Amino acid sequence: MRRLIFLLPLLLFVGVGVAFFLGFERDPRNIPSALIDKPVPAFDLPPLPGRKEGLSNATLKGDVTLVNVFASWCIPCKVEHPVITRLAREQGVTVRAINHKDKAEDALAWLQRNGDPYASIGADLDGRASIDWGVYGVPETFLVDRQGRIRFKHVGPLTPQVVEEQILPLVKQLRAAS
Amino acid sequence: MIPELGHYALVLALFVALVQSGVPLVGAATGNAAWMGVARPAAIAQLLLVLVAYGALTWAHVVSDFSVSNVVANSHSLKPMLYKVSGVWGNHEGSMMLWVVMLTAFGAAVALFGRNLPPTLKARVIAVQGMIGVGFLLFILVTSNPFIRVIPAPLDGNDLNPLLQDPGLAFHPPFLYAGYVGFSMAFSFAVAALIEGRVDPAWARWVRPWTLAAWSTLTAGIALGSWWAYYELGWGGWWYWDPVENASFMPWLAGTALLHSAIVVEKRDALKTWTILLAILTFSLSLMGTFLVRSGILTSVHAFAVDPARGVFILVLLGIATGGSLLLYSLRAPTLKAGGLFAPISREGSLVLNNLLLSTATATVFIGTLYPLFLDVLNLGKVSVGPPFFNATFIPVAIPMIIAMVVGPFLAWKRADLTGALTRLWSAAVATTVCVAIAAYITNGGGPLLALVGVALAAWAFFGSLAEFAERIRLFRVPLKDSWNRAVNLPRSAWGMTIAHAFMGIAIAGMTGTSAWQSEVIEAMKPGQTATVAGYSISFDSIGVRQGPNFTADEGVFTVTKDGKHIATLTPERRSYPVTRMTTTEAAIHTTWLSDVYVALGDPTQNGTAWIVRLYHHPLVPWIWIGAMGMMAGGLVSLTDRRFRIGVPERRRTPKPAMQPAE
Repeated sequence: MRRLIFLLPLLLFVGVGVAFFLGFERDPRNIPSALIDKPVPAFDLPPLPGRKEGLSNATLKGDVTLVNVFASWCIPCKVEHPVITRLAREQGVTVRAINHKDKAEDALAWLQRNGDPYASIGADLDGRASIDWGVYGVPETFLVDRQGRIRFKHVGPLTPQVVEEQILPLVKQLRAAS
Repeated sequence: MIPELGHYALVLALFVALVQSGVPLVGAATGNAAWMGVARPAAIAQLLLVLVAYGALTWAHVVSDFSVSNVVANSHSLKPMLYKVSGVWGNHEGSMMLWVVMLTAFGAAVALFGRNLPPTLKARVIAVQGMIGVGFLLFILVTSNPFIRVIPAPLDGNDLNPLLQDPGLAFHPPFLYAGYVGFSMAFSFAVAALIEGRVDPAWARWVRPWTLAAWSTLTAGIALGSWWAYYELGWGGWWYWDPVENASFMPWLAGTALLHSAIVVEKRDALKTWTILLAILTFSLSLMGTFLVRSGILTSVHAFAVDPARGVFILVLLGIATGGSLLLYSLRAPTLKAGGLFAPISREGSLVLNNLLLSTATATVFIGTLYPLFLDVLNLGKVSVGPPFFNATFIPVAIPMIIAMVVGPFLAWKRADLTGALTRLWSAAVATTVCVAIAAYITNGGGPLLALVGVALAAWAFFGSLAEFAERIRLFRVPLKDSWNRAVNLPRSAWGMTIAHAFMGIAIAGMTGTSAWQSEVIEAMKPGQTATVAGYSISFDSIGVRQGPNFTADEGVFTVTKDGKHIATLTPERRSYPVTRMTTTEAAIHTTWLSDVYVALGDPTQNGTAWIVRLYHHPLVPWIWIGAMGMMAGGLVSLTDRRFRIGVPERRRTPKPAMQPAE
């Protein structure tokens, strides 16, 4: 019996090790393929207080839209923010956002501080909608086509390289397609 | 040519490490002194070879040899010299090289200074250290070779991530790695002791200085990292519970527990199997930190370039090191003899409580960091864990820990009188009450109630530690001169404890002050305008352009005044690095040591006439880093304790006769 106690750390470690190993196959930067090319999940998020427009699946039809999931408490969001701002202001891509598990006042202060390139923002205070989107953490970014289907997902901060090599060509292609 | 020499030296080091991890072990098992003797020269040779390799890589960076792909990816000819040198460890391959330099340096230190170790233990410790070396050298050579050439060589490099081009961060990795790798010594001693089947107070006495040294440098490393985040990221926070920060914090918490449980082994010959387990876990957490940062399994801003092959390799290393040692533990630990008994209320009891709370804290951080991964693997959905979780779970564990930290040293070994200890703390209790009252008066009830709890803990830790010191030197009970003599003659480890505990209180005060009472003003300002934050008026005088070596900067000039008196002129910058196309914020900070006035220059507004300016007043924030440096100093003072140098020949007061009589 006493020996079993000394075996416990090893067993716990094996469990953690197996989780790590399985974790490789679930690269957090990969979208579960199920969501690609599927219509965005049905959702309807209210705007942040004091603003007019929120975000729902209806909003996402009609134009090719980049949907960025961010939170004021998330550091990588801050890192990618200039990249998104440039994408919206200089490249003319419509960018909308889901504000993930945030306090409204924190989010508004963050936007005031860092600039607000978003055409509209849906406030997802409890993170329900983000779960339907398959959001693993913040930041994540989706590209939605004119029919409201998810065509691309990026996990982690957007870099100029991802924008140049993946997002802009895809935006061009999707705009030309319809 | 020189990079090839470095590569060659690294391969040689691998073979030396192979010899070092095998021969002494067999020698120790068979009692063959010559085979055990291989350990010492092997450990020294391995250090020298790794140093040659590291020197070769540094040379390539310093002379900007763009035929080496590592230099191309991380350097630029215009980069300042400091960052050419620090850029060596500012990337994945180079940081692994630095890791191995530290590892072999610790191994060589045992070989050189471990004269008083029993020969079998010494041979085994160095052999285990050699095995870790084999793993990491193989890792570098197979997956992360920094000496690979590119043909044709490009004309210039891609530059180092500008966020890393900062003096604070330049010195952050060496301290951090010295800490991480330092815990490998505790690990090697633990594994060697399991092989020997013997743990005694002498063993704990050998382990403690290495753990103390590792803990002190890790403290400094974490503090430097948090200081960098504070002034470089431009929004004045100092800790974010980011996975990479947690990866360094977990070994620190476990290492702190290890430091304290080793005391019990040394003084009372108890808690032996627990201490061995902690030693294994602390180093495993260091390894896991490396794994998490480099495998891409969790997302973080700090992440190095991610490569699944590297992740798998480190996971296998982790499996062998941790799995192997825990297996050994499950076989050998039950045979270790249990030591001295003690009552729950005793010094030992308080150290056990300390260990329980620290382990709980480590587990909390561990679960919070890895929860998203576990849930994903079990197909239970995808979640993210943010600072609210950590604040809600970590603080309730930290509060009793700080309270007990002060009471513990008042308790006697074996069986103690809690009421007696508490009555001797009346002065600290009074001082704490006064501090809380002052804080409540100054802030006029502003800020959360938890802030006053924070002040109380800070004051309790600070004054309680001083009270314990006063008790030891019998201050005001015997004449001052006697107290002075007692203080001088106290062991250095007692001094170290008082310093570390008291500065912990200072750090808590800093954390509380800035979390609860910071003021923040964010405004679009035009030159000539003035804004007010926490009684300071800050006027935006002008803005100009400055040309740096590898960046251009917008430099704002701000004048800070209070009640009409000039306080400081601050020049925050917004730098653009053309090569990496990144901008960084260089905040300007005026510190009074009681608080910071912090000015950061943001983007220009859309019409270009005004600038987004962020002004902060952070009360007590410098105390966080003063506290951390004090804790490190406490560790270093304790390290100079004579007891840790037993066996070193003592210098006699009376000089020996100059000549020996001829015989």
